[in-house]
Amino acid sequence: MTGTDPLLVVTGLVKTFDEGDASVTVLKGLDLTLERGEFAALLGPSGSGKSTLLNIMGTLMRPTSGAFEMLGLSLIGAQDVDLTEFRNQHIGFVFQAHNLLPDFTALENVMFPAATRKGRETVADRRRAVDLLSRVGLDDRRDFPASKLSGGQKQRVAVARALMNNPELVLADEPTGNLDRESANRVMELLVQINGADGTTFFISTHDEKIADRCRRQIHMVDGRVVDA
Amino acid sequence: MLLLDRTVGNIAHITIEPSDRDPVSLYGTDAGTLVAVLKSTQQRSTLQSAAAFMPAITAIAHVRTVVGEILGSGFLTKGEAIAPVAVTGVEADQVSAISNIAGNLVAGSADLTIGNALIGSGLAKILGVRAGQTVTIRSERGIEQSVTVGGIFTLGVAGLDDAAVYLNIRAARVLFDLPEGLTRLEVKLDDLRLAPAVATDIANATGLKVTPWTAKNQQLLDGLVAQARSGDLIKGFALVTIVIGVASALLLSTYRRQSEIGIMRAMGATRRFVVFVFVIQGALIGLIGGLIGAGLGYASLLPFPLPEATGGGGLPIDIRQGAYGAAILLTLIGAILAAIWPASAAARVDPVKVIGP
Repeated sequence: MTGTDPLLVVTGLVKTFDEGDASVTVLKGLDLTLERGEFAALLGPSGSGKSTLLNIMGTLMRPTSGAFEMLGLSLIGAQDVDLTEFRNQHIGFVFQAHNLLPDFTALENVMFPAATRKGRETVADRRRAVDLLSRVGLDDRRDFPASKLSGGQKQRVAVARALMNNPELVLADEPTGNLDRESANRVMELLVQINGADGTTFFISTHDEKIADRCRRQIHMVDGRVVDA
Repeated sequence: MLLLDRTVGNIAHITIEPSDRDPVSLYGTDAGTLVAVLKSTQQRSTLQSAAAFMPAITAIAHVRTVVGEILGSGFLTKGEAIAPVAVTGVEADQVSAISNIAGNLVAGSADLTIGNALIGSGLAKILGVRAGQTVTIRSERGIEQSVTVGGIFTLGVAGLDDAAVYLNIRAARVLFDLPEGLTRLEVKLDDLRLAPAVATDIANATGLKVTPWTAKNQQLLDGLVAQARSGDLIKGFALVTIVIGVASALLLSTYRRQSEIGIMRAMGATRRFVVFVFVIQGALIGLIGGLIGAGLGYASLLPFPLPEATGGGGLPIDIRQGAYGAAILLTLIGAILAAIWPASAAARVDPVKVIGP
């Protein structure tokens, strides 16, 4: 693998959900390549398969068939424990509903991916988590329980958490969907700034054209396929 | 164990008596041997060389005390009142070695010098006798002695309280015309549950007729064993309750925390990590519950006096026998075992299904 190799290559991806006797195919032979350092938006109507694609790219779900490589590694057929470790080290998530651990403080939430990887908290991890919280403008909220933060603050903590293990790819599923316009702009500025400074690849699923306009690449999905990338 | 001690604490753990004489073979045939044993009614059966056996018996493991006794029957009279009695003659310093006479006195003292007698409270009531009064005792041999009632005891065993008379062994020798030898030896052990095994050791060492308390009290033993099993059943059900309680609590926790488990899994927590978290949670519940339970148990027993402080009449409850450490340990183990199922259920949570938009 060289520095010019694509970060992620998906070929002929199919995902079928079985519900009793019926089955629904959501992804129908999807092809997609993401380069390193991209800042891409994934657009498409509801039911087009955006969330399913993000779940497969995030190793949270296995495809029915097709090829899926990231960092030159084929992730099809990998053991669950290997996928978990891969996800922890190379992929960050920002969900629409932030999904912070409510009983943890902001700092503990940010440190969690590193702590669960090493089985303990290290001084270096704590320092990085403090830096990340400072970078997202929550220096004064680090010891606040997550449940006491505002929606925008929670999403910025989620961004900091996604970056904790310095991943190559951050998957964001409607990251501004639950935020007001001002908070949404602030979060997007943050993502743009991190992408520019660190070269982290962002793949953002959104319905919002204004959010998509801020991305350098727009990928459109319709009925389980990429129609315009 | 406390109930067992309380119930059989005032009887000998092992009784040693003269062995039956070897049967005489009348004639032998191919079909078998005919023997005859004549129970002598002319000669009393005594341990003539008991003193020689005492060191050997005392040296056997778990033997705490060996007491030589002269036994006989007779009548105790006070004025017109008369009652049949069972007389036991022992050395003055061993009067409480088998039955705790000194600890169960209701009047007088345990002084058993010659001329003194210790009698049961039931017998004293029958004869209308108080400590310090003089009574006459007439033995089966027709010999009479006047003795002073030095002490009156209540052992809580009707057979003893209504008929037992303790005399100094030298007075008993005169009363029963037995200048040497003993009627029997009684043995106390440091653990009464070992009586059958130690009895076998004594029989092998002496060749005498040795009877453990269990042989004479089989029904009592069966009752106590059944009582112990009932206790074990209660403990078993308590443990099952703990397991069900902890498992239910953790299953509920698994259900309520599904989204958090999903978030952790999405952030890279392995299934093993999730199992570990839930087992630790179960262990903490067990440890804290065990500590609280043991503490409450101890506190609830505090009002009850110690068994030795109540004599024979109190409840068989001993705060020192709470086995608090074992209770906490068993609760901890039970809770950890109970946590395994909910923990494995938590580890199977699919993050995609529980992390909402």
